[in-house]
Order: sequence, then structure tokens, then C-alpha cells
Amino acid sequence: MSAVIPSDALPPVIEPGQNSHTITTEISAVTLQRPTGWLWIFGLLISLALSGLLFVGICWLLYAGVGIWGLNIPVAWSFAIANYVWWIAIGMGGTFISAGMYLARQPWRNSINRFAEAMTVFAVSVSGIFPILHLGRPWFFYWLFPYPDVMNVWPQWRSSLEWDFWAILAYLIVSILYWYIGMLPDLATLRDRAPTLAKARFYGLLALGWRGEARHWMRFEQFNLITAGIAVALVFSVHSMVALDFSEGLVPGWHETIFPPFFIAGALFSGFAMVLVLGIPLRRFFGLQAFLNDRHIVNMAKMMLCAGLFVDYSYFSEIFTAFYSMDRYDLAMTLHRLYGAYAWAFWGTILFNVLNIQLLWFARVRRSHAAVFLISIGVLIGMWLERFLLIVSSLYEDFVPSAWGMFWPTFWDLAFLAGSVGLFFLMFLLFARLLPVLSMFELRKLAHQSGSGAVERGGEP
Amino acid sequence: MSERLLGLLAEFDDAEQLRGAVLRARHECYADIEAYSPYPVDGLTEAMGVHHAHVPFWMLLGAIGGGGFTYWLEWYSAAVNYPINIGGRPTFSWPAFLPPALEMTLLWAVLLGVLAVLVGNRLPRVHHPLFAVRAFDRASSDRFFLLLHASDPNFEPRRTQEFLRTLSPLSISEVME
Repeated sequence: MSAVIPSDALPPVIEPGQNSHTITTEISAVTLQRPTGWLWIFGLLISLALSGLLFVGICWLLYAGVGIWGLNIPVAWSFAIANYVWWIAIGMGGTFISAGMYLARQPWRNSINRFAEAMTVFAVSVSGIFPILHLGRPWFFYWLFPYPDVMNVWPQWRSSLEWDFWAILAYLIVSILYWYIGMLPDLATLRDRAPTLAKARFYGLLALGWRGEARHWMRFEQFNLITAGIAVALVFSVHSMVALDFSEGLVPGWHETIFPPFFIAGALFSGFAMVLVLGIPLRRFFGLQAFLNDRHIVNMAKMMLCAGLFVDYSYFSEIFTAFYSMDRYDLAMTLHRLYGAYAWAFWGTILFNVLNIQLLWFARVRRSHAAVFLISIGVLIGMWLERFLLIVSSLYEDFVPSAWGMFWPTFWDLAFLAGSVGLFFLMFLLFARLLPVLSMFELRKLAHQSGSGAVERGGEP
Repeated sequence: MSERLLGLLAEFDDAEQLRGAVLRARHECYADIEAYSPYPVDGLTEAMGVHHAHVPFWMLLGAIGGGGFTYWLEWYSAAVNYPINIGGRPTFSWPAFLPPALEMTLLWAVLLGVLAVLVGNRLPRVHHPLFAVRAFDRASSDRFFLLLHASDPNFEPRRTQEFLRTLSPLSISEVME
């Protein structure tokens, strides 16, 4: 390079000198050759234990009913719905990175999209558990589906809860397919490089016989392009439906038109935070420094800050609208939020989602991986508190004071939250060990484009 | 195993070399050409003269079919099969019926898209004669391959081999069926 590079310039998307061969070798070695570290086993054991707790909780819930949670009238929605909204929101960030930034032609996204998509699939899978269990009689969940039954009962199509069912169903299936089809070429790479016959068979079955013929690629790319467009539409529609679960109700604090865009901003915010929480350790412990560097972390941090500012604006707008409307119930609800029994959740949200992220304005903070990691954890906590606050603060003191009542979480409330985190990390750890964690074929193409052929042959610049 | 020749496989180092080889092969009137690359190469399908993949068509069909059917089902169930009169409100409340129809539009577009990719590519097919070629293991890593099919009327083992040699490939392999 002849040009003088300032010392604070960000590194290129992938390390110079990387070519198809080195990319393939390094990334497939993470899956095929790298020994299973004790840290991974330790994480897996913890995740397994928490997932076991979730499993016991589900069995107990099926036997005893939703009364094992602390919810009751007036607070009939609480942890379960907060967990559901929190998890599905985290999934949105992954889809947006892989689809939205694909359409926006952001090359740095190629290093992130695979594990971000995996995160989406796992987060949406975990989130889907909660609304079903929350039904009260979960074994009748299929009544949401319009099938010709002898009772002649159809779903209530006008209900936002029914819309939600269709939204989650579509989102889960589309994100799984988008992730899996997008992984076929990399599974084929693992098949061709597998050191043992068992591994070759495992990846061979998963790869469905992918050979990378030009016509394969053409269909594959057409599918990916259109599905990326569809996935972006899904992100916005699905989380709007989640928001409509609330804003279709007449409860003060829920019945607001700002909810769909506010929820989408919150979804991207927490999704970007989770990508950082997963990406920073992944980079460090799996030796992916060549493909995930300061540039990716800094860009993600900026995106998180941007989404966070939208969320902060929504907080401001909600409070402003309450005072501006002079609606007594809305005003009372807002004051309860600020000073009531759950004020700690409100101020916690402000601390994590408003103040915490302002640190990201500083370039030095953005470049410190530890700082970004901690801020992202804060954002995840803040977003959970926000969901909890939103649900509980509107319900615990509603129109008639005689009906007011507190919500206290039980052991099982906490167990389900911890268990869902465990199940998510269990799936993610298995993914990181068994499947290609970065998208090899996209990085190869990127290396080819940035190196224009010379890189292909020997890596000589 | 029958030892019938499926075709000749030439190995290249570079995407541009492969694209050039495809153009040369077409110039030599080979029609039954397959080109393999470890990542999608811009302009390769154009060089091969392949333009249509029909994936967008099937996705559009899935979108229209999935969304249309869902919307129809909502109308049928709420307005025809089991209409409920709630204070005289319309049984076919069409704006409220849009969200499920929208989600199914998106879902079925993707479902038919996946089918179009798999059926169009003749997948799943876990075994293929090419996998028996040792060099082909690198087709998914860093090497580029041109396959000239023996079924091509223009194919003649010796002459085709001579032609492939003029493209200066890294190696030439016979693919047995």
C-alpha cells in the first residue's frame, strides 16, 4: 500500500492475503479439526443444566397449569410474554444483518451473517415456546390453525394474537430455510474436507449433494436475493404484529400507534446487541481474528447505537404524548411508571438503554471489544426490563383502583427465563461446534473481488 | 460399476480462467458444458448461455397462491361457513384479514423458492459420479472445474482431450459413470 494509512483507520473487512484456500482451511478447521475446548464443554454443561431446568418446568407446567407462574388478575401477562417478545426481538437483528445488509451490499456483513442467522433461528425457536405455554391449555395450541374440525370452529382472524401465530410460523420457517439453503455450499465444503467417513456422511447428507455448478449458483443466488427481500419484509411485519398484540388492547400504555415502529427499533437494538455478545467471544475463542476484526465490531456498535437512539426517542415520545394528550389514565400510567412500584424497572431501562449506549459515541469505546461486549450485555438486560415494564406497569394499576395488584415472580418464572437462555446457548454452542460458523463461499467471493484474481493464485499482492 | 465415460473434467486455478475456458468450449461448439466453482462467479452463466432459472417465477406463484388462498380461507370461514353477527359488524372485515394473508404470501414464496432451487438443481442427490474424482474434492474450496459431457454430439475423447489441453488446465480427469 502506497497511501499513508492513519493509525486509527479500521482494518479491511478480511485480512489482506486471505484467499479461497486460506479461508476454506481456516474456517472449516474450526468445525473439523479444532479440538473441543474445556471452555466449550463447560458452557455446554451449564446450558444443558439450564435447559434441563426448563424441561422440568415445562413438565410441571403441563401438569399443574400456568398458576406455577406468578401471574394472576390484574397482571395476567408477565414474564412469559416478556420473554417471548425479548427473544423474538433478538432474532430480528440476525435477519436484518443477513438480509437487509445483503440488499444494501455491505461487504463486512459476510463475516457475520451465518452466526447471526443461526442466532435468529435459535432465538425464534426459544421465543415460540412461551406463547404456546401461556395459552393455559398448551395441548390445544393447534386450534389457532384453521383446519376442518368436527366442532366447526374457526380461528378469530381479527385478533392480533391470531396474526401473531401466523407471523411466528412464517418467520420461523423462513428463517430456518434461509439459513439452511444458504449453508448448503459450506456444508458441501465440509463434506469434501471431512477427515473421517462418518463426518463425510454426516455433512454429505446435510449438503444434499451440492456441487457448485454454475446453474446451481444461479438458482441459489436468485433465491437468496428474493428471500432477502422477503426476510426484510418479514422482520418489519412480524415485529409489528408483536407490537399489535399490545396496541390492539385498550390498556393505557399499550394502546399507542407508535408501537410497531418502536418495537422494530427495539428488536434491531437487542438483536445487534446479541450478535455482539456472541460474535466477540466467537472471534476470540475460535481464532477468527482474520475475518472478524475491529471493523465489524465498530460497525455493529454504530448500528446498535443508531437503533438505540430510535428506541430512546420512542421513550421520550411516549412520555411526551401522555402529557400532551392530558388523558388522565395515560398520565396516571406514565407517572406510575416513573414513580410507582416498578419504577426500578423504568430507571433500569433508562440506565441500560439510554445512558449506557451513549458511551458508543466515543471511538475508543467502540474499538474496545471488552467495553462493547459489556455495553451489549447491558442492552440485553435493558431490553428485557423494558419488555417487563411495558407489560406489568400497564396492568398492575389499571382503570379501577379496587382492582390494583402487584406481580411477584415465582421460582418458576425465573427458572423459565434462565432455562430459555440455557436452551438458546445450548443450541448455539452445538451450532458453533458442528456447522460452519462463517459463510465460507461469501468470504471467498469477497476475497476474490477485493484481490481481483492475484489473491486466488498464491496470495502475492 | 459400469465403466462408461461421463465426460472429461478440466481443473483450473482461477475464476477468470474458467470463464475463458467456458467461452472457448462454446466457441468449439460444445453444448453440454458444466462449470463448477467454489463461489458464485459473476458472468459465468452468461458465458455458458444460460439465462433462465425460473426461481423468481415459482416464488411469485407461491406468493400469489399462498396469500390468495389464505385470504380466501378467511373470507370463507368468517363470511360463508360460520358467519357470526356481532352487533351488525361486517362478517368480512377485510382489513383485519390482511395480516395472516401477508405472512402466508411471504412464507409460500420462500417455500416454493426452496422447491424451485432443489428441483431445478436436481437435489437432493447425495451421490454423483464427480465425487469419485479425487481432484473434484477441491471444487468446494479453491479450484474451478469445466466438465464436457460425453453425451455431447461434438465429443470425441481424444480430440476433446486435445482441446482441453490447449486451455492449460492444472489437470484433466476422466469422469466415469
